[in-house]
Amino acid sequence: MRDLSAIELDALKEVGTVGAGNAATVLSSLLGQRVPMTVPEARLLPISMVPDVVGGAEAEVVGVCLSVTGDAPAAILFLLLLHDGQKLVRQLLGGAAPEQITFNEFERSALGEVTNILSGAYLQALSEFTGLSFAPSPPAFAHDMAGALLDTVFAEIGQVGDYALLIDTEFMTGDQGVKGHFFLVPDPEGLTTILQALGVREWRPREL
Amino acid sequence: METPGALIRVGMAESSASKAPATLITSGLGSCIGVALYDPLAKVGGMCHVMLPDSSQARASENRAKFADTAIPDILERLESLGARRERLVVKVAGGAQMFNFGRGDDRFAIGRRNAEAVRSALKQAGLRIAAEDTGGSHGRTMIFDVSSGRVFIRTIEGGEAEL
Repeated sequence: MRDLSAIELDALKEVGTVGAGNAATVLSSLLGQRVPMTVPEARLLPISMVPDVVGGAEAEVVGVCLSVTGDAPAAILFLLLLHDGQKLVRQLLGGAAPEQITFNEFERSALGEVTNILSGAYLQALSEFTGLSFAPSPPAFAHDMAGALLDTVFAEIGQVGDYALLIDTEFMTGDQGVKGHFFLVPDPEGLTTILQALGVREWRPREL
Repeated sequence: METPGALIRVGMAESSASKAPATLITSGLGSCIGVALYDPLAKVGGMCHVMLPDSSQARASENRAKFADTAIPDILERLESLGARRERLVVKVAGGAQMFNFGRGDDRFAIGRRNAEAVRSALKQAGLRIAAEDTGGSHGRTMIFDVSSGRVFIRTIEGGEAEL
């Protein structure tokens, strides 16, 4: 049993960086201003560790989920801590930043659209690197505890994947930074397909 | 609420059992199911965080606590080894929500309901009755179980904390 090597992790990070580049272009033209995006981290992690990455299972988050069909079936989940979600909505829709707690239909669909853009960009990058094809569904929005969103995505997609590919994503618009967590959760065969297509030969899951 | 004794966190696809005093907690149940089982005489309690209905599609090495049909028999065995008696167990169940609505009847996303059904059937098969249940809906839940008193509380973002 072994973990991914540094080279393999670089391949994943490269997918993230190219995807972020694609996404930044689309977002910038959508918003009519430059939206630099960076990918501070990309890694493959066991799903049991995922809640901690986003501040614990009870952290209040907004999340958008897509299911992905194609050569490597997967789920996508884009998670933001509540205040980052509010910031992003303000930046997308303009206006002041009321300390509202709920998200109306318009705001939900704005976050859904950002997730569509990110997903399209990352999947396009992944497709270029691997030659695999992916077809994402329309987005679904939820605002609740991080753990509740994550366990749902893992259970429903993960019949049963034990690993998630996390691409941390940071946007800058104006002088505001927004941190988002972009998860691609392939089903078990999907993960093997993706890693093999990336040139990872001998990856096997660690015993959990 | 107060959390007497050791605080034991039960993670996704884990189970745990303890004698009083202890508090068992599982955070952020979405489509998963939390099961709290309590023997008031022996003061022994157990909790599962079940992720999926059925172990039959699992790989050989997979974690038994992940599935309803294997998690329930395993926690019963563990509780009995701590002195609990099956016929005295008070069982409470929470979770099984549908967190995302894709608005097109995507069956993959009805897992919460299937989880709840599988837990009920595993409990029934073990000869256990459910004393209280808070399942379904579209919100996350945290389940907190005080093994000293047998009281179970459900915490949600919208509704705060309430006893089950």
